[in-house]
Amino acid sequence: MKVKKIPQQLIPLAFLLALAVAALVIMRLVLLPETFGEYGHYRALAVDDVAALDIAYAGHQACAECHDDVYELKQQSNHRGVACEACHGPAAAHIEAPDEYAPEVPRNREHCTLCHGYNPTRPTGFPQIIPELHNPRQPCMTCHQPHHPELPHAPEECAACHRQIVNEKAVSHHASLSCTTCHDLPAEHLVDPVMVRALKPSTREKCGQCHASNADSAPEIPRIELATHGEGYLCWECHYPHQPEANR
Amino acid sequence: MNDKKPTTPRRDFLKTCATKIPQWLLVFSAFGPEQARAVDGESDYNPVEHNYAMGVDIHKCIGCGRCVDACKKENKVPEEPVYFRTWVERYVVPPEGEAHVDSPNGGRDGFPELPADREIFRTFFVPKLCNQCANPPCVQVCPVGATFVSRDGVVLVDDTYCVGCRYCIQACPYGARYLHPTKKVADKCTFCYHRIRRGLLPACVEACPTQARIFGEVGQQSSPLRRFLRFNDINVLKPALNTEPKVYYAGASREVR
Repeated sequence: MKVKKIPQQLIPLAFLLALAVAALVIMRLVLLPETFGEYGHYRALAVDDVAALDIAYAGHQACAECHDDVYELKQQSNHRGVACEACHGPAAAHIEAPDEYAPEVPRNREHCTLCHGYNPTRPTGFPQIIPELHNPRQPCMTCHQPHHPELPHAPEECAACHRQIVNEKAVSHHASLSCTTCHDLPAEHLVDPVMVRALKPSTREKCGQCHASNADSAPEIPRIELATHGEGYLCWECHYPHQPEANR
Repeated sequence: MNDKKPTTPRRDFLKTCATKIPQWLLVFSAFGPEQARAVDGESDYNPVEHNYAMGVDIHKCIGCGRCVDACKKENKVPEEPVYFRTWVERYVVPPEGEAHVDSPNGGRDGFPELPADREIFRTFFVPKLCNQCANPPCVQVCPVGATFVSRDGVVLVDDTYCVGCRYCIQACPYGARYLHPTKKVADKCTFCYHRIRRGLLPACVEACPTQARIFGEVGQQSSPLRRFLRFNDINVLKPALNTEPKVYYAGASREVR
Protein backbone atom coordinates (compact mmCIF):
# COMPACT_ATOMS: atom_id res chain seq x y z
CA MET A 1 0.00 0.00 0.00
CA LYS A 2 1.36 3.34 -0.97
CA VAL A 3 1.29 6.04 1.68
CA LYS A 4 0.50 9.36 0.11
CA LYS A 5 3.30 11.79 0.66
CA ILE A 6 2.54 15.01 2.58
CA PRO A 7 2.76 17.86 0.08
CA GLN A 8 5.97 19.78 0.45
CA GLN A 9 4.30 23.19 0.95
CA LEU A 10 2.32 21.98 4.01
CA ILE A 11 5.38 21.17 6.08
CA PRO A 12 6.45 24.77 6.85
CA LEU A 13 2.78 25.69 7.40
CA ALA A 14 2.36 22.87 9.91
CA PHE A 15 5.49 24.03 11.65
CA LEU A 16 4.17 27.58 11.84
CA LEU A 17 0.85 26.34 13.21
CA ALA A 18 2.61 24.36 15.90
CA LEU A 19 4.66 27.42 16.76
CA ALA A 20 1.52 29.60 17.02
CA VAL A 21 -0.19 27.09 19.27
CA ALA A 22 2.88 26.89 21.48
CA ALA A 23 3.09 30.69 21.64
CA LEU A 24 -0.58 30.88 22.59
CA VAL A 25 -0.17 28.34 25.36
CA ILE A 26 2.90 30.07 26.75
CA MET A 27 1.31 33.54 26.54
CA ARG A 28 -1.78 32.32 28.36
CA LEU A 29 0.42 30.90 31.08
CA VAL A 30 2.52 34.02 31.44
CA LEU A 31 0.00 36.82 30.86
CA LEU A 32 -3.18 35.51 32.50
CA PRO A 33 -3.32 36.36 36.20
CA GLU A 34 -3.06 33.31 38.37
CA THR A 35 -6.57 33.38 39.72
CA PHE A 36 -8.27 34.22 36.42
CA GLY A 37 -11.03 31.71 35.76
CA GLU A 38 -11.05 30.29 39.25
CA TYR A 39 -14.75 31.08 39.77
CA GLY A 40 -15.67 32.48 36.37
CA HIS A 41 -14.37 34.64 33.55
CA TYR A 42 -12.63 37.07 35.89
CA ARG A 43 -9.66 37.42 38.21
CA ALA A 44 -10.77 35.92 41.51
CA LEU A 45 -8.41 38.15 43.52
CA ALA A 46 -10.20 41.25 42.22
CA VAL A 47 -12.97 40.49 44.74
CA ASP A 48 -10.46 40.75 47.57
CA ASP A 49 -9.03 43.94 46.09
CA VAL A 50 -12.46 45.58 46.29
CA ALA A 51 -13.15 44.12 49.74
CA ALA A 52 -9.88 45.51 51.08
CA LEU A 53 -10.73 49.18 50.36
CA ASP A 54 -10.84 51.55 53.32
CA ILE A 55 -14.12 52.64 54.87
CA ALA A 56 -15.05 56.27 55.52
CA TYR A 57 -18.35 55.82 57.38
CA ALA A 58 -17.83 53.94 60.63
CA GLY A 59 -21.46 52.96 61.22
CA HIS A 60 -23.72 54.04 64.09
CA GLN A 61 -22.70 51.12 66.35
CA ALA A 62 -19.15 52.48 66.45
CA CYS A 63 -20.39 55.96 67.51
CA ALA A 64 -22.57 54.46 70.25
CA GLU A 65 -19.58 52.81 71.88
CA CYS A 66 -18.22 56.12 73.21
CA HIS A 67 -21.18 58.50 72.82
CA ASP A 68 -23.70 56.17 74.42
CA ASP A 69 -25.48 59.02 76.25
CA VAL A 70 -26.22 60.92 73.05
CA TYR A 71 -27.08 57.70 71.26
CA GLU A 72 -29.56 56.65 73.96
CA LEU A 73 -31.19 60.08 73.91
CA LYS A 74 -31.54 59.93 70.14
CA GLN A 75 -32.99 56.41 70.23
CA GLN A 76 -35.86 57.69 72.40
CA SER A 77 -36.79 60.34 69.86
CA ASN A 78 -38.21 60.69 66.37
CA HIS A 79 -34.65 60.78 65.07
CA ARG A 80 -34.06 57.18 66.17
CA GLY A 81 -33.76 56.08 62.56
CA VAL A 82 -31.31 58.83 61.64
CA ALA A 83 -27.76 57.48 61.86
CA CYS A 84 -25.16 59.73 63.51
CA GLU A 85 -23.17 60.07 60.28
CA ALA A 86 -26.23 61.18 58.31
CA CYS A 87 -25.70 64.63 59.85
CA HIS A 88 -22.13 64.48 61.17
CA GLY A 89 -20.55 63.04 58.02
CA PRO A 90 -18.04 60.21 57.70
CA ALA A 91 -16.40 59.43 61.04
CA ALA A 92 -14.12 56.43 60.50
CA ALA A 93 -11.13 58.81 60.73
CA HIS A 94 -12.50 60.06 64.07
CA ILE A 95 -12.68 56.48 65.37
CA GLU A 96 -9.04 55.95 64.36
CA ALA A 97 -7.79 59.20 65.88
CA PRO A 98 -10.47 60.80 68.09
CA ASP A 99 -8.33 63.81 69.02
CA GLU A 100 -6.91 64.60 65.62
CA TYR A 101 -10.05 64.42 63.54
CA ALA A 102 -13.45 65.75 64.64
CA PRO A 103 -16.55 65.03 62.57
CA GLU A 104 -18.49 67.99 61.25
CA VAL A 105 -21.25 69.57 63.35
CA PRO A 106 -23.72 71.24 61.00
CA ARG A 107 -25.42 74.15 62.74
CA ASN A 108 -26.88 76.09 59.83
CA ARG A 109 -30.55 76.07 58.87
CA GLU A 110 -29.72 74.85 55.38
CA HIS A 111 -28.63 71.51 56.76
CA CYS A 112 -31.89 70.85 58.62
CA THR A 113 -34.01 72.01 55.69
CA LEU A 114 -32.37 69.38 53.47
CA CYS A 115 -34.94 67.08 55.10
CA HIS A 116 -37.42 69.44 56.77
CA GLY A 117 -37.76 72.23 54.22
CA TYR A 118 -41.10 72.15 52.43
CA ASN A 119 -41.00 70.27 49.15
CA PRO A 120 -44.22 69.10 47.49
CA THR A 121 -42.52 65.90 46.33
CA ARG A 122 -41.90 64.74 49.89
CA PRO A 123 -44.31 62.15 51.29
CA THR A 124 -47.41 63.55 52.98
CA GLY A 125 -47.05 63.74 56.74
CA PHE A 126 -43.27 64.17 56.80
CA PRO A 127 -42.62 67.17 59.10
CA GLN A 128 -41.73 70.15 56.92
CA ILE A 129 -41.53 73.90 57.40
CA ILE A 130 -41.27 76.77 54.96
CA PRO A 131 -37.91 78.23 56.01
CA GLU A 132 -38.84 81.78 54.95
CA LEU A 133 -41.90 81.76 57.22
CA HIS A 134 -40.79 79.59 60.15
CA ASN A 135 -38.72 81.81 62.52
CA PRO A 136 -36.56 83.13 59.68
CA ARG A 137 -32.80 83.26 60.20
CA GLN A 138 -32.86 81.62 63.62
CA PRO A 139 -30.68 78.54 63.90
CA CYS A 140 -32.94 75.49 64.30
CA MET A 141 -31.03 74.45 67.41
CA THR A 142 -32.27 77.50 69.35
CA CYS A 143 -35.60 75.71 69.76
CA HIS A 144 -35.05 72.11 68.59
CA GLN A 145 -32.51 69.72 70.09
CA PRO A 146 -31.45 67.58 67.10
CA HIS A 147 -30.70 64.53 69.24
CA HIS A 148 -34.20 64.71 70.71
CA PRO A 149 -36.19 66.81 68.27
CA GLU A 150 -39.50 66.85 70.11
CA LEU A 151 -41.42 70.09 69.72
CA PRO A 152 -40.28 72.80 72.15
CA HIS A 153 -43.89 73.74 72.88
CA ALA A 154 -47.27 72.75 71.49
CA PRO A 155 -47.81 74.68 68.25
CA GLU A 156 -50.37 77.46 68.61
CA GLU A 157 -51.70 77.14 65.10
CA CYS A 158 -51.90 74.41 62.48
CA ALA A 159 -49.82 76.53 60.07
CA ALA A 160 -46.68 75.98 62.15
CA CYS A 161 -46.40 72.55 60.58
CA HIS A 162 -49.03 72.52 57.82
CA ARG A 163 -48.20 75.88 56.28
CA GLN A 164 -48.53 74.74 52.69
CA ILE A 165 -52.06 73.41 53.24
CA VAL A 166 -53.06 76.56 55.12
CA ASN A 167 -51.70 78.67 52.23
CA GLU A 168 -53.59 76.63 49.66
CA LYS A 169 -56.81 76.82 51.62
CA ALA A 170 -56.41 80.58 52.13
CA VAL A 171 -56.93 81.28 48.42
CA SER A 172 -59.69 78.70 47.96
CA HIS A 173 -63.46 78.86 48.53
CA HIS A 174 -62.85 77.22 51.88
CA ALA A 175 -60.73 80.18 53.10
CA SER A 176 -63.13 81.15 55.86
CA LEU A 177 -63.27 77.68 57.42
CA SER A 178 -60.95 76.84 60.28
CA CYS A 179 -59.08 73.52 60.19
CA THR A 180 -61.11 72.12 63.06
CA THR A 181 -64.39 72.73 61.19
CA CYS A 182 -63.63 69.52 59.29
CA HIS A 183 -60.81 67.82 61.25
CA ASP A 184 -61.28 66.30 64.68
CA LEU A 185 -58.12 67.21 66.53
CA PRO A 186 -57.03 64.91 69.39
CA ALA A 187 -55.05 66.92 71.96
CA GLU A 188 -52.18 64.43 71.74
CA HIS A 189 -51.61 65.35 68.10
CA LEU A 190 -50.04 68.62 69.25
CA VAL A 191 -47.55 66.71 71.41
CA ASP A 192 -46.92 63.56 69.36
CA PRO A 193 -47.91 64.42 65.78
CA VAL A 194 -46.40 61.28 64.27
CA MET A 195 -48.23 58.71 66.37
CA VAL A 196 -51.52 60.56 66.88
CA ARG A 197 -53.00 61.95 63.68
CA ALA A 198 -55.69 64.56 63.16
CA LEU A 199 -58.74 62.89 61.68
CA LYS A 200 -60.34 63.39 58.32
CA PRO A 201 -64.17 63.49 58.27
CA SER A 202 -65.50 59.95 58.56
CA THR A 203 -69.04 60.67 57.36
CA ARG A 204 -70.59 62.25 54.25
CA GLU A 205 -72.86 64.25 56.51
CA LYS A 206 -69.91 66.36 57.66
CA CYS A 207 -69.64 67.94 54.21
CA GLY A 208 -73.39 67.64 53.80
CA GLN A 209 -73.86 70.24 56.57
CA CYS A 210 -73.11 72.85 53.91
CA HIS A 211 -73.31 71.02 50.58
CA ALA A 212 -76.45 68.84 50.93
CA SER A 213 -79.45 70.03 48.90
CA ASN A 214 -81.47 70.65 52.05
CA ALA A 215 -78.64 72.16 54.14
CA ASP A 216 -79.21 75.38 56.00
CA SER A 217 -76.31 77.33 54.46
CA ALA A 218 -75.58 80.27 52.17
CA PRO A 219 -77.38 80.02 48.81
CA GLU A 220 -74.20 80.37 46.65
CA ILE A 221 -72.67 77.17 48.07
CA PRO A 222 -72.70 74.31 45.52
CA ARG A 223 -75.28 71.65 46.41
CA ILE A 224 -75.51 67.94 45.77
CA GLU A 225 -78.09 65.26 46.51
CA LEU A 226 -76.35 63.52 49.39
CA ALA A 227 -78.30 60.29 48.93
CA THR A 228 -77.37 59.75 45.27
CA HIS A 229 -74.16 61.75 44.55
CA GLY A 230 -71.04 59.55 44.70
CA GLU A 231 -72.77 56.98 46.84
CA GLY A 232 -70.44 54.70 48.77
CA TYR A 233 -67.55 57.15 48.89
CA LEU A 234 -66.55 59.71 51.45
CA CYS A 235 -66.49 63.19 49.91
CA TRP A 236 -62.71 63.62 50.22
CA GLU A 237 -62.11 60.34 48.41
CA CYS A 238 -62.91 62.28 45.19
CA HIS A 239 -62.65 65.97 46.11
CA TYR A 240 -59.63 67.74 47.59
CA PRO A 241 -61.21 70.12 50.13
CA HIS A 242 -58.12 72.35 50.62
CA GLN A 243 -58.31 73.31 46.98
CA PRO A 244 -61.91 72.64 45.88
CA GLU A 245 -62.00 72.30 42.10
CA ALA A 246 -64.97 74.71 41.90
CA ASN A 247 -62.34 77.41 42.41
CA ARG A 248 -60.72 76.81 39.03
CA MET B 1 17.95 7.68 -1.23
CA ASN B 2 15.43 9.42 0.91
CA ASP B 3 13.77 6.36 2.44
CA LYS B 4 17.10 5.22 3.90
CA LYS B 5 17.49 8.38 5.98
CA PRO B 6 17.28 7.56 9.69
CA THR B 7 13.97 8.62 11.33
CA THR B 8 15.30 8.91 14.85
CA PRO B 9 15.65 12.73 15.07
CA ARG B 10 11.89 13.24 14.51
CA ARG B 11 11.04 10.49 16.98
CA ASP B 12 13.44 12.01 19.48
CA PHE B 13 11.88 15.43 18.94
CA LEU B 14 8.40 14.11 19.59
CA LYS B 15 9.60 12.23 22.66
CA THR B 16 11.28 15.35 24.01
CA CYS B 17 8.11 17.36 23.42
CA ALA B 18 6.00 14.80 25.22
CA THR B 19 8.19 14.94 28.32
CA LYS B 20 9.31 18.57 28.40
CA ILE B 21 6.07 20.49 27.69
CA PRO B 22 4.27 19.20 30.79
CA GLN B 23 7.40 20.05 32.78
CA TRP B 24 7.38 23.63 31.50
CA LEU B 25 3.72 23.90 32.33
CA LEU B 26 4.45 22.83 35.88
CA VAL B 27 7.33 25.26 36.20
CA PHE B 28 5.28 28.21 34.90
CA SER B 29 2.34 27.50 37.18
CA ALA B 30 4.61 27.10 40.21
CA PHE B 31 6.22 30.54 39.74
CA GLY B 32 2.97 32.47 39.33
CA PRO B 33 2.47 35.52 41.57
CA GLU B 34 1.32 34.70 45.06
CA GLN B 35 -0.92 37.10 46.94
CA ALA B 36 -2.60 37.18 50.32
CA ARG B 37 -6.30 36.38 49.97
CA ALA B 38 -8.09 37.13 53.19
CA VAL B 39 -9.49 40.53 54.16
CA ASP B 40 -8.49 41.27 57.74
CA GLY B 41 -10.73 39.85 60.39
CA GLU B 42 -12.86 37.46 58.38
CA SER B 43 -11.20 34.27 57.25
CA ASP B 44 -14.33 32.13 57.59
CA TYR B 45 -16.36 34.18 55.10
CA ASN B 46 -17.99 31.95 52.53
CA PRO B 47 -19.29 33.98 49.58
CA VAL B 48 -21.63 31.32 48.25
CA GLU B 49 -23.68 31.53 51.44
CA HIS B 50 -24.61 35.14 50.68
CA ASN B 51 -26.71 36.81 48.01
CA TYR B 52 -26.98 40.52 48.65
CA ALA B 53 -29.91 42.67 47.59
CA MET B 54 -31.50 46.04 48.34
CA GLY B 55 -35.01 47.33 48.75
CA VAL B 56 -36.01 50.92 47.93
CA ASP B 57 -39.23 52.28 49.40
CA ILE B 58 -40.32 55.17 47.21
CA HIS B 59 -43.05 56.15 49.70
CA LYS B 60 -40.37 56.88 52.31
CA CYS B 61 -37.82 58.80 50.24
CA ILE B 62 -37.75 62.50 51.17
CA GLY B 63 -35.17 63.49 48.55
CA CYS B 64 -32.67 64.83 51.07
CA GLY B 65 -29.73 63.46 49.05
CA ARG B 66 -27.86 62.12 52.10
CA CYS B 67 -27.36 58.81 50.27
CA VAL B 68 -25.73 60.55 47.32
CA ASP B 69 -23.49 62.53 49.64
CA ALA B 70 -22.51 59.48 51.69
CA CYS B 71 -21.84 57.41 48.57
CA LYS B 72 -19.55 60.07 47.10
CA LYS B 73 -17.59 60.38 50.33
CA GLU B 74 -17.39 56.66 51.05
CA ASN B 75 -16.38 55.58 47.56
CA LYS B 76 -14.37 58.66 46.55
CA VAL B 77 -16.65 59.22 43.57
CA PRO B 78 -15.39 62.25 41.59
CA GLU B 79 -17.00 65.49 42.80
CA GLU B 80 -18.11 66.70 39.36
CA PRO B 81 -21.91 66.64 39.17
CA VAL B 82 -21.95 64.09 36.34
CA TYR B 83 -20.43 61.11 38.17
CA PHE B 84 -22.67 59.12 40.50
CA ARG B 85 -22.83 55.62 41.86
CA THR B 86 -26.23 56.45 43.29
CA TRP B 87 -28.51 59.42 42.66
CA VAL B 88 -32.06 60.55 43.41
CA GLU B 89 -34.54 61.48 40.69
CA ARG B 90 -37.57 63.70 41.16
CA TYR B 91 -40.60 62.64 39.15
CA VAL B 92 -43.34 65.21 38.58
CA VAL B 93 -46.34 63.72 36.83
CA PRO B 94 -48.60 66.41 35.31
CA PRO B 95 -52.39 65.91 35.01
CA GLU B 96 -51.80 65.04 31.37
CA GLY B 97 -48.72 64.06 29.41
CA GLU B 98 -45.24 62.80 30.14
CA ALA B 99 -43.66 62.82 33.58
CA HIS B 100 -40.93 65.42 34.14
CA VAL B 101 -37.78 63.92 35.69
CA ASP B 102 -34.85 65.87 37.08
CA SER B 103 -31.88 65.19 39.32
CA PRO B 104 -29.77 68.33 39.86
CA ASN B 105 -26.36 67.21 41.12
CA GLY B 106 -27.91 63.82 41.71
CA GLY B 107 -30.11 65.35 44.40
CA ARG B 108 -27.08 65.81 46.63
CA ASP B 109 -27.90 69.45 47.49
CA GLY B 110 -31.65 68.90 47.68
CA PHE B 111 -34.10 69.91 44.98
CA PRO B 112 -34.87 73.46 43.85
CA GLU B 113 -38.42 74.72 43.93
CA LEU B 114 -40.55 73.67 40.99
CA PRO B 115 -41.56 76.43 38.56
CA ALA B 116 -44.88 77.90 39.74
CA ASP B 117 -46.60 77.08 36.44
CA ARG B 118 -45.79 73.38 36.62
CA GLU B 119 -48.97 71.47 37.36
CA ILE B 120 -48.56 68.57 39.76
CA PHE B 121 -50.79 65.54 39.57
CA ARG B 122 -48.41 63.27 41.43
CA THR B 123 -44.81 63.67 42.48
CA PHE B 124 -42.27 61.44 44.20
CA PHE B 125 -38.54 60.75 44.55
CA VAL B 126 -36.84 57.68 43.14
CA PRO B 127 -33.37 56.74 44.41
CA LYS B 128 -31.38 54.98 41.69
CA LEU B 129 -28.25 52.85 41.78
CA CYS B 130 -26.75 49.82 40.10
CA ASN B 131 -29.44 47.15 40.12
CA GLN B 132 -26.86 44.38 40.70
CA CYS B 133 -28.58 42.28 38.05
CA ALA B 134 -28.39 38.52 38.33
CA ASN B 135 -28.22 38.53 34.53
CA PRO B 136 -26.18 41.66 33.85
CA PRO B 137 -25.75 42.97 30.29
CA CYS B 138 -22.62 44.90 31.35
CA VAL B 139 -20.86 41.66 32.24
CA GLN B 140 -21.90 40.00 29.00
CA VAL B 141 -20.30 42.71 26.87
CA CYS B 142 -17.02 43.14 28.76
CA PRO B 143 -14.35 41.96 26.33
CA VAL B 144 -11.66 41.33 28.94
CA GLY B 145 -13.46 39.86 31.93
CA ALA B 146 -12.94 42.99 34.02
CA THR B 147 -16.50 43.12 35.31
CA PHE B 148 -18.25 40.12 36.77
CA VAL B 149 -20.84 38.86 39.21
CA SER B 150 -19.09 37.84 42.40
CA ARG B 151 -20.14 34.62 44.08
CA ASP B 152 -22.08 36.63 46.68
CA GLY B 153 -24.15 38.26 43.96
CA VAL B 154 -22.55 41.70 43.55
CA VAL B 155 -21.45 43.06 40.17
CA LEU B 156 -17.89 44.31 40.63
CA VAL B 157 -15.24 45.94 38.43
CA ASP B 158 -11.61 44.81 38.38
CA ASP B 159 -9.76 48.14 38.29
CA THR B 160 -6.49 46.57 37.23
CA TYR B 161 -8.03 44.65 34.36
CA CYS B 162 -10.50 47.15 32.86
CA VAL B 163 -9.25 48.63 29.60
CA GLY B 164 -11.72 51.52 29.65
CA CYS B 165 -13.50 50.57 26.43
CA ARG B 166 -16.90 51.80 27.78
CA TYR B 167 -18.90 48.90 26.32
CA CYS B 168 -20.40 48.19 29.74
CA ILE B 169 -21.44 51.83 30.15
CA GLN B 170 -23.32 51.59 26.86
CA ALA B 171 -24.81 48.23 27.75
CA CYS B 172 -26.21 49.16 31.17
CA PRO B 173 -29.93 49.88 30.68
CA TYR B 174 -30.05 51.78 33.97
CA GLY B 175 -27.24 54.26 33.31
CA ALA B 176 -25.55 53.08 36.48
CA ARG B 177 -21.96 53.14 35.18
CA TYR B 178 -19.53 55.92 34.32
CA LEU B 179 -15.92 56.14 33.22
CA HIS B 180 -13.78 57.29 36.13
CA PRO B 181 -12.15 60.52 34.89
CA THR B 182 -8.71 59.93 36.44
CA LYS B 183 -8.48 56.15 36.71
CA LYS B 184 -9.92 55.76 33.17
CA VAL B 185 -11.76 52.60 34.15
CA ALA B 186 -15.45 51.84 34.43
CA ASP B 187 -16.86 52.54 37.89
CA LYS B 188 -20.15 51.67 39.53
CA CYS B 189 -22.00 50.92 42.75
CA THR B 190 -20.61 47.85 44.53
CA PHE B 191 -23.24 47.78 47.31
CA CYS B 192 -20.20 49.13 49.24
CA TYR B 193 -18.67 45.66 48.95
CA HIS B 194 -15.78 46.65 51.22
CA ARG B 195 -18.30 47.58 53.93
CA ILE B 196 -20.64 44.62 53.69
CA ARG B 197 -17.70 42.21 53.90
CA ARG B 198 -16.88 43.89 57.23
CA GLY B 199 -20.46 43.49 58.45
CA LEU B 200 -21.37 47.15 57.91
CA LEU B 201 -24.27 48.56 55.90
CA PRO B 202 -23.66 50.24 52.54
CA ALA B 203 -22.98 53.95 53.10
CA CYS B 204 -26.25 55.06 51.45
CA VAL B 205 -28.28 52.75 53.67
CA GLU B 206 -26.39 53.93 56.76
CA ALA B 207 -27.02 57.58 55.87
CA CYS B 208 -30.68 57.30 54.84
CA PRO B 209 -32.65 59.07 57.59
CA THR B 210 -36.03 57.54 56.72
CA GLN B 211 -35.06 53.91 56.05
CA ALA B 212 -36.12 54.27 52.43
CA ARG B 213 -33.26 51.94 51.57
CA ILE B 214 -33.25 48.47 53.06
CA PHE B 215 -30.19 46.27 52.67
CA GLY B 216 -30.09 42.54 53.18
CA GLU B 217 -29.76 39.14 51.62
CA VAL B 218 -32.18 37.29 49.40
CA GLY B 219 -33.48 34.24 51.24
CA GLN B 220 -32.35 35.37 54.67
CA GLN B 221 -35.16 34.85 57.18
CA SER B 222 -36.32 37.49 59.69
CA SER B 223 -34.50 40.45 58.16
CA PRO B 224 -35.71 43.95 57.32
CA LEU B 225 -35.41 43.12 53.63
CA ARG B 226 -37.57 40.03 54.06
CA ARG B 227 -40.26 42.07 55.76
CA PHE B 228 -40.00 44.73 53.08
CA LEU B 229 -40.43 42.14 50.31
CA ARG B 230 -43.31 40.53 52.16
CA PHE B 231 -45.43 43.56 52.93
CA ASN B 232 -44.97 45.61 49.77
CA ASP B 233 -45.90 45.29 46.14
CA ILE B 234 -42.47 44.87 44.63
CA ASN B 235 -41.33 46.06 41.22
CA VAL B 236 -37.98 46.00 39.52
CA LEU B 237 -36.88 48.50 36.89
CA LYS B 238 -37.30 47.50 33.23
CA PRO B 239 -38.37 43.91 33.96
CA ALA B 240 -38.92 43.26 30.24
CA LEU B 241 -35.15 43.26 29.70
CA ASN B 242 -34.77 40.08 31.80
CA THR B 243 -31.80 41.52 33.62
CA GLU B 244 -33.20 40.14 36.91
CA PRO B 245 -32.33 43.16 39.06
CA LYS B 246 -31.68 42.70 42.75
CA VAL B 247 -32.72 46.21 43.71
CA TYR B 248 -36.40 45.90 44.58
CA TYR B 249 -38.68 48.92 44.45
CA ALA B 250 -41.86 49.44 46.45
CA GLY B 251 -44.18 52.09 45.06
CA ALA B 252 -42.51 52.41 41.67
CA SER B 253 -45.38 53.34 39.38
CA ARG B 254 -45.31 52.85 35.63
CA GLU B 255 -43.58 56.19 34.99
CA VAL B 256 -40.45 54.94 36.74
CA ARG B 257 -37.95 53.25 34.49
